Amino acid sequence: MSGQFEPKIAGFFCKWCTSAGADLAGTTRLKYPPNVIPVTMFCSSRVDPQYILQAFRDGADGVIIGGCHPGDCHYQAGNYKTMKRIILVKRLMQQMSIDEGRLRLEWISAAEGGKFARIIHEFTEEIRNLGPLQLAQAVAPGHGAKG
Amino acid sequence: MADKLKVDSGSRLRFGFYWAASCGGCEIAVLDVNEKILDVVANADILFWPVAMDTKYEDVRAMPDGHMDVCFFNGSIRNSEAKEIAQLLRKKSKVLVAFGSCAHHGCIPGLANLHNRREVFDTAYHREPSLDDSAGTEPKTKTRVKEGDLSLPEFFDHVFPLDRVVDVDYYLPGCPPPVPLILNAVTAIFEGNLPAKGAVLAPVKALCDECARNKHVAKKMPDIRRTWEIQADPEECFLEQGIICMGPATRAGCETRCINGNSPCTGCLGPTPEVTDQGAKMISALGSILKVDAEKEMSEEETKALLDKVKDPVGTFYMYGLASAIINHRRGK
Amino acid sequence: MGKLIIDGIETEAAPSKTVLEVARELGIKIPTLCSHPSLPPYGSCRICVVEAIWKGRSKLHTACTFPAWEGEIRTDSEPVRRLRRNILELMLAEAPEAEDIRALAREFGVEQTRFPVREEKENKKCIMCGLCVRVCQDVVGFAAIGFENRGYRREIAAPFREPSDACTACGACSFVCPTGAIDRRLFAKVEPKPIPSEFDQGTTSRPCIYTPFPQAVPNKPVIDTRNCVYFKNGNCQVCAKVCVPRAVDYEQQDEVLEEEVGAIVVATGFDLFDMKTYGSYGLHRHPDVMSGLDFERLLSASGPTKGEVRRPSDGKVPKRVIFVKCAGSRDAEQGMPYCSKVCCMYSAKHAILYKHRVPDGEALVFYIDVRTAGKDFEEFYKRATDEGVNYVRGKVSKVFRRGDKMVVWGSDTISGRKLEVEADLVVLATAMVPDRSALELARMLKIQHNAHGFFTEAHPKLRPVETATAGFYLAGAAQGPKDIPETVAQASAAASKVLELFSRKELTHDPNVAAVDEDLCSGCGICVDVCPYKARELIERKDGKGWVIKVTEVLCEGCGACSAACPVGACQQANLKDKQIEQMARAGLQD
Ligand SMILES: Cc1cc2nc3c(=O)[nH]c(=O)nc-3n(C[C@H](O)[C@H](O)[C@H](O)COP(=O)(O)OP(=O)(O)OC[C@H]3O[C@@H](n4cnc5c(N)ncnc54)[C@H](O)[C@@H]3O)c2cc1C
Ligand code: SF4
Ligand code: FES
Repeated sequence: MSGQFEPKIAGFFCKWCTSAGADLAGTTRLKYPPNVIPVTMFCSSRVDPQYILQAFRDGADGVIIGGCHPGDCHYQAGNYKTMKRIILVKRLMQQMSIDEGRLRLEWISAAEGGKFARIIHEFTEEIRNLGPLQLAQAVAPGHGAKG
Repeated sequence: MADKLKVDSGSRLRFGFYWAASCGGCEIAVLDVNEKILDVVANADILFWPVAMDTKYEDVRAMPDGHMDVCFFNGSIRNSEAKEIAQLLRKKSKVLVAFGSCAHHGCIPGLANLHNRREVFDTAYHREPSLDDSAGTEPKTKTRVKEGDLSLPEFFDHVFPLDRVVDVDYYLPGCPPPVPLILNAVTAIFEGNLPAKGAVLAPVKALCDECARNKHVAKKMPDIRRTWEIQADPEECFLEQGIICMGPATRAGCETRCINGNSPCTGCLGPTPEVTDQGAKMISALGSILKVDAEKEMSEEETKALLDKVKDPVGTFYMYGLASAIINHRRGK
Repeated sequence: MGKLIIDGIETEAAPSKTVLEVARELGIKIPTLCSHPSLPPYGSCRICVVEAIWKGRSKLHTACTFPAWEGEIRTDSEPVRRLRRNILELMLAEAPEAEDIRALAREFGVEQTRFPVREEKENKKCIMCGLCVRVCQDVVGFAAIGFENRGYRREIAAPFREPSDACTACGACSFVCPTGAIDRRLFAKVEPKPIPSEFDQGTTSRPCIYTPFPQAVPNKPVIDTRNCVYFKNGNCQVCAKVCVPRAVDYEQQDEVLEEEVGAIVVATGFDLFDMKTYGSYGLHRHPDVMSGLDFERLLSASGPTKGEVRRPSDGKVPKRVIFVKCAGSRDAEQGMPYCSKVCCMYSAKHAILYKHRVPDGEALVFYIDVRTAGKDFEEFYKRATDEGVNYVRGKVSKVFRRGDKMVVWGSDTISGRKLEVEADLVVLATAMVPDRSALELARMLKIQHNAHGFFTEAHPKLRPVETATAGFYLAGAAQGPKDIPETVAQASAAASKVLELFSRKELTHDPNVAAVDEDLCSGCGICVDVCPYKARELIERKDGKGWVIKVTEVLCEGCGACSAACPVGACQQANLKDKQIEQMARAGLQD
C-alpha cells in the first residue's frame, strides 16, 4: 500500500442517521477505509458551507455530508436545506475548478450500516482517483511575504 | 495604537495616502468628504499622496521609520510594486489603514483570482480585438532597449488583500468607504479614540439592520430572479421578491445607498465580525429560505433547476470577497 | 289496565305489544316460522296460533299479530295443538322435504299428512311463508324475488325464473328462511362473497357487524361500513332493530382523537412474513399449508373448528402434521437473516397440543436448530420429544399436493438422506417481521429502525427500552422478535421509565440550544422559518430601532439549522459554536 495516495476526507454526519449508520457498520464489523475524519452534527442542516470550504483549505481532499433520507430528517426538514446549500456549494466549486465530485451529500439512515461502508469505500476510491486537492494558499512572491 | 498617536505627533498629525490596484474610487471618496477635508488639512500634514501631490517613493524611503502617523492604503496587491510600497508604508507609518474594499478584501480586482497571470495576459494583451498583437508584446519585468534595461513590476499570479502582505491596523470597508465612516475614522484618529487593533471601522451588524424596507416575521424567498426580470417593489425586501440581496451577510454602514437606488446590496462592506466567508454564509442563508414552504414537494431535479438560476455564484456571492475568501483563488490545473 | 294471564301466569295487559312478545318475555315458548325481528308481524304461517279467552268466549288467534289485551291466553291447549297439527299436515303437503317442518311436526305427533303432496311444486322445502320475499323487499330493499302465479301454482321465484342482476347474493333470504329452502343460485348471477374474519386469519367469515375478537377492548361490536347494506343503500338496519338497548348508531363517525401526552410507548408488535419469496412452500396456494398463526386458530376453542384439529380442505382430522421451522427466518437470500426467536418454542407447543387433540396422530418437526434458550424451555422441548413428537434436522425444499395429501420434500442432515414425507397438514413457522405500519410510524415519530424495520433502542445494553428521541419508548416485538414474557418485561420497564420521566420535578433538555447575540443580529428573519419548532421569532428591538430575534430556549431541539443559516454568525449553538466545529474537523485533518 505504501506510495499509494491516501486521501483525507472530512465527514460531517447527522447524529440520527449517518452517524448511527456508521456505528452500525462498526458493530457489525464491516470494513471500510479509515480515510474519513467524522464529525457528528445534530443534523445535516447544521453544516455551515464555511466548514466545507474550511475543510478543503485545511487539507481535506474530499468532504462528505451524511443526512437522513428526504422526509426522515429528525428535525423534519433540515436535510432539504442541506440539499439546497450543497447544490450551491458544488456550483461554486465548479467555478473554482475544484472537481465537484470532491463534495458528496448522501442520505444514509441509521439502519444502513452496509450503505455507509459502501459509500465510504466508493468515495475514498473516487477521491483517490481524483488525487490530492493541494489547495495551497496563494502567496505573493518576493521576500517579506506575509501570507 | 491610539496611544502611539498621542505620544509622538504633537499638535499636527502626519498623513499618507496610497493607491494600489484599485479603480480610484477610494480617492474620490476622500474628496467626497468635501469641505470637511479642510478640517483635516488644518490639523494635519499630508506627506504622501501620489494622486494629488508630487512626492516620490524616494522621499518616503528617506523618512525615518514610523514618521507618518496614519497611512490610508487603498487598492489590492496585484504586483510587486504594490507589495513593495505596502511594505515601505508599513514601515514608515504608525497606523496603517486598509482603505476600501480592495485593500480590505481584494474587491473587484480580486475576481481576477478566477484566472491566473497567463490567462489575464492572454486576454488583455493577445485576445483583445482592438489590439494589434502581431508582435506578441506583453509586459516583462525586464526589457532591454538601446538605452539600457527597462524594468516593470512583476505581475503576480493572484490578487491579495493588503493584510496578506503586511500587518494592517484598521480596515475601512466599502467600495468605496462611505463618507460617514471615513469621517468617523478620521475623528477617532484626531481624538485618539481608535478601537483595538484589527478592528473594522464600521458597525458590527448587517445591512438589514439599516434597511428601511418592509420586514416580515419570517423571511422566505419565492424564487430566484435577476434584477431586470421584475420591477422590484421599492418598499419590500429584495429577497422576498426573489432577488438576491447580500444585505443580510454584509456589514452595515453604507446607509443603504444601493438599496435606496432600488438595487440590491452586492456586499461591498464585507462580512460581519463572526463570519469568515461572506459568500459561504450567504449561500447557506439562501439555501435556508429559498422556497422553504415547497422544499419538501420538490424533487432534487427541480431544486437543482431552481438553483441553476444563480448564474454566477462567485460573481454573486464573492463580488468583493473572493481574494479573502476561505478558498481565495481558482484551483490551478 | 287489566290483567293478562298466559298459561296461568298473570301479567299486565300491554296492547302495544303482541301476545308473542309478552309470552317470550315471560319465558313461554310459542313456535314461530314466518316471524323475524327485522320485520313487522305478518301471521302467514299461523303456527304461532294461541287460544284467547275473554269474557268466557274462546277464539284462536296468531300470537304474533294479536295484541296483548286483557284476558287469558292458552298457548298449549288442546284446540291450539289440534290446529297446529292441521297446519303442520298442510305444510308437510306443501314442503315434504323440509327437515325443520318434519321435526316440528313430530313434536306435535304428526308423522304423516292426509293432504295430497303438491308434486308439481319445484321447491319441496318451501312453506310459502313469504319471509324471504319480505326481507328482500323491505329489509334489503332489492325486491329481487317474489311470489309467482296464484293458488296451487304459487311459488317463490326470481322474475322469469332466471337469476338476475337485482340479486346480489347477500344471503338475507337464506338467513331468514325457516326451512332452509332457498337455493341462491336460482336467484343470483353472482357468487356470494363471504367477508373473511380477520381474527380467524380468514379461515371463517364474519358478519358486517361483529366484535373483532373475543378479548377485544372495548368488547363491543363494530360495523364494517364497507360491506354493510345500510351504508350501501340505506336499507336493512336489522341490527338496529334487534338490538334491545338501541345501541346501534349508524350516524357514528370515525373520530380522530387528539391527545396531548408526555411520553409514547411504541408497541406495534409484529406481522408474519408473507412468504411470497417461498412459492415452493405452497402457502396461500394449498389450503392445507398454513402459518403457525392459522394453526393457533385451529387449536383455539373460539376458532373456526371450536378447537378440533380439522384441516381446511375437507374438514378431516389430519393424521400426520408436519411443522416447518425457520420458514423465512435465518435465510438472508429469500427471507429474513435473523432468528425469529419464538418459533422453536411455539412449534413445540403446537406439536404437543396437536398430539393431545389427536393422540394417534403423528407430529413431525423439520428444524435447522432447536433453540431453547429460556427458563424451562429445554424441559418443554424434552416434553415434546417424550410425548412422541418427531424432530428431523433439515430444511424443507418443497411442499406440494398429491391426491388428498401434502408432500414435503426435505433433507435429514443427520442421516444425510433426502426425505419425501406425506402429510395431511403442513404448518409453517413463518418469520416475524415488524408491523406494516412500522416504517410510517418511525417516520412520523422520528425514531430509528434497523434494516428490517424493527425499532432501534437508544443503547443495546444500557438503554434497551428508550429510543434515541426523548419521550419515546419501546416494548415488545416492535423492537425485535420476542415472546410474551420478554414482551411483558420490556413493557414493564418502558412503563417505569415513563413514570420516572413523569415523576421528575424538572425536565432536562440537551444543552445544545441555539442562542442569539443581539449585538450582531440584524433582524433579517432568515432563521425564523428554518426552525422547525418555532423557537425563533422576530421582535422589535428594545430601543424601537429595528428588529431582533428572540429565542424560546425550551422549544429548541438543537438541530442547529438556524446557526448554519444565520448570515452573520449571530446565532450560535451552545457548546457547538462554529469555531468549535471547525476546530474539530481541523484537528482531525491535521494529524
Ligand atoms: C404462531 C405464534 C405463536 C406464538 N406463541 C407464543 C407462545 O405460546 N408464548 C409466547 O410467549 N409467545 C408466543 N408467540 C409470540 C407472541 O405472539 C409475541 O411475543 C407477542 O405477540 C408480542 O407482543 P406485542 O404486544 O409486542 O405485539 P403484538 O402482539 O403484535 O401486538 C401489537 C399490537 O399493536 C397493534 N398495532 C400495530 N400497529 C399499530 C399502529 N400503528 N397503531 C396502533 N396499533 C397498532 C396491533 O394491531 C397489535 O394489536 C407466538 C407468536 C406466533 C407468531
Ligand atoms: S426461533 Fe427457532 S425456528 Fe424460529 S427462526 Fe429462530 S431458530 Fe428458526
Ligand atoms: S436529523 Fe438527520 S439530516 Fe436532519
